[in-house]
Amino acid sequence: MAALAAVTVLSLAACATDEPAAGPSGSAPAAGSGTGEQSKFFVQADYDAELSLLSATATGPADKPWEQVLNPTMVDTAKFKKNGPHKICFSNAALNNPWRQVGFKTMQAEVEAQKSRIKEFVHVDAEGKDQKQIADINDLLGKGCDALIVSPNTTATLTPAVEAACQAGLPVVVFDRGVNTKCPVTFINPIGGYGFGHVGAEFVSQKMKPGGKVLALRILPGVDVLETRWSAAKVAFDKAKVDVVGVEFTDGDPAKTKKIVDDYIQRYGTIDGVWMDAGAVAVAAVEAFQDAGKPVPPMNGEDQLDFLKIWKDKKLTAIAPTYPTYQWRTPVIAALRILDGEQVSNPWKLPQPTVTQENLDQYLDPNMPPLHYAMCGCTDLPGYPQRWK
Amino acid sequence: MQTVQPRSLPLRLPRVRPGGVLPILLILAVLLVLVGIRQPDFLAPPSLMSFLGRSAPIILLAAGQYFVIVSGEFDLSVGSLVTAQVVVAARLIDSDPARTWPVVLLLLAFGALVGLVNGLVTTRLRVPSFITTLGMFLILVGAVYLWSDGAPKGGLSEEFRRFGRRAFEDVPLLGRVPYALLVLVVLAVAAVLLMRSDFGRTLVAVGDNPRTAELSGVRVWRTRTIAFILSGLAAAVAAILLGGYSGVSFQAGAGLEFGAITAVVLGGVALGGGRGAVVGAMLGALTLELLFALMNFYGVSGALRSTVQGGIILLAVAVSATRSSSR
Repeated sequence: MAALAAVTVLSLAACATDEPAAGPSGSAPAAGSGTGEQSKFFVQADYDAELSLLSATATGPADKPWEQVLNPTMVDTAKFKKNGPHKICFSNAALNNPWRQVGFKTMQAEVEAQKSRIKEFVHVDAEGKDQKQIADINDLLGKGCDALIVSPNTTATLTPAVEAACQAGLPVVVFDRGVNTKCPVTFINPIGGYGFGHVGAEFVSQKMKPGGKVLALRILPGVDVLETRWSAAKVAFDKAKVDVVGVEFTDGDPAKTKKIVDDYIQRYGTIDGVWMDAGAVAVAAVEAFQDAGKPVPPMNGEDQLDFLKIWKDKKLTAIAPTYPTYQWRTPVIAALRILDGEQVSNPWKLPQPTVTQENLDQYLDPNMPPLHYAMCGCTDLPGYPQRWK
Repeated sequence: MQTVQPRSLPLRLPRVRPGGVLPILLILAVLLVLVGIRQPDFLAPPSLMSFLGRSAPIILLAAGQYFVIVSGEFDLSVGSLVTAQVVVAARLIDSDPARTWPVVLLLLAFGALVGLVNGLVTTRLRVPSFITTLGMFLILVGAVYLWSDGAPKGGLSEEFRRFGRRAFEDVPLLGRVPYALLVLVVLAVAAVLLMRSDFGRTLVAVGDNPRTAELSGVRVWRTRTIAFILSGLAAAVAAILLGGYSGVSFQAGAGLEFGAITAVVLGGVALGGGRGAVVGAMLGALTLELLFALMNFYGVSGALRSTVQGGIILLAVAVSATRSSSR
């Protein structure tokens, strides 16, 4: 009886605690500076291009970064010109995190702002499943859409579905994650992961005490946008000869993050810098230092309001590179321009602002909820602020 | 000059009774020495207090799990119950301090209700408890995802979080005494008193031999159902402390059911019921946490923790099986 029960318990545990097995543990001690091998997602040319974009000047209205373009290369869209009002369809990878929730609300508000020109907006949520999104795109092709917006769940798997949509003859706009085909009219995204990772890592290396210990927190391995963030940070840390004592995966979970940071504080007595590839768990990391009675070291977060608030309240030494949610407005604007036969840039590289000590107050709106993203570019949209609360 | 009374004690102790707490005390002492050698600072009052505060939730869960295991059943649903409670609390409180106490009461009621359902399904419908509670585990995981669309919503108020995060500051000698530690001490004393009451004896008797208990007039189903309710309540308190410690999290309770069962087994409680002390179960949880702390000091990857737990549970069950067969 007891043995049978133990076997049952064990097999349950195998499914209940599969997080450690989900990816190689980052805590394995690595040689040299502690940053380990370079990610196989790292592409030097892309890295160089993104870092140069960080200092490029955008064209377009300065107060509307979601309409701005970095290094534009215009393409002709006359063949898609069509009389409105239009039916615009959107195949969405998922709504499963606060970033996508804020982004989608922003997109809905943009559609409402353009309601004289959009007679119908169809949204299908693939719930994070490739197979569902492939089926969704296929279904949408039979629904008489005038333009199709796609936010792909994964790059390689969704490429054939997007190609099929292009062949159906309607204009396709892809944003956020990309696909391996040039057939969409335009691909919209901000500068990208290298820029994000570099900004945070450079700040932490410069602000921390020389020779200090850095803890790098990553969400999970194997996702291109996150791998690029880490690989750029690795380059920056290696260059600054920083002692990276740990690279850990948090699954984006605050409980796990707080435990990991706490473990490192206990193990090393103190940690002098924290870098993270996404800001969702930044507050948990700050709390780990506070609860251990240690000063919060220089760190980066993201533009989520809970982090901006604790940054200001506790006077942290911090920076917040962003992956702006205002990019959810751009595909609607792009689709309408294409249907007007206006030229658009392809690729459409959006600026990627950074929240710093100097402009913190401008982005910190204490009345918005903690999981809201400051860089939503949504304050002028219908239903602000209620829609985002 | 010694009286007869104290001399009989040392005579009885070395004969390690199955289910006794002596082995776990020895293991705990050895670990404390090892930690003391590696990281002497850890044993200073402030860090020891905060360690005990952080360990309070798993110790409470071990106590809750003890009631169920000693009565001859299992509760695999506590981990997902903790997660569900944290997510529900965040959504209902939605950062509004005024809702803190009503939600705390609601969580306790929710925990008791889940325990009641587990208990009734197990005892009245005669579904084996590890199937019942495995089903409950899956139901809760699915319900939480459905209810929250896969992303946590809302927020916990500072008033709610203080139970798991804050402490009495500047206490003489000890420094900082976490609220969680006080909650633990109060509930641990209550658990010990409960096990010394008639109910406690009945609970052990039910686990030892349900048929004999039934024949001597015990309502076995009611006793076991109460054990499940106690486990649900322990999960509710653990959820309040854990949610307070880490904030809204989808993994607040991940793997805790296994941790609690490992702790109970490590504490000398027999799987299958009838033997073991609640103090042993709680010391088992403390020992497990101390072992993890020691592994951390030696830089052992956190991923190995579940492997270590698996090893412990196999070893402990094997040892207790050999012992009981030679009884």
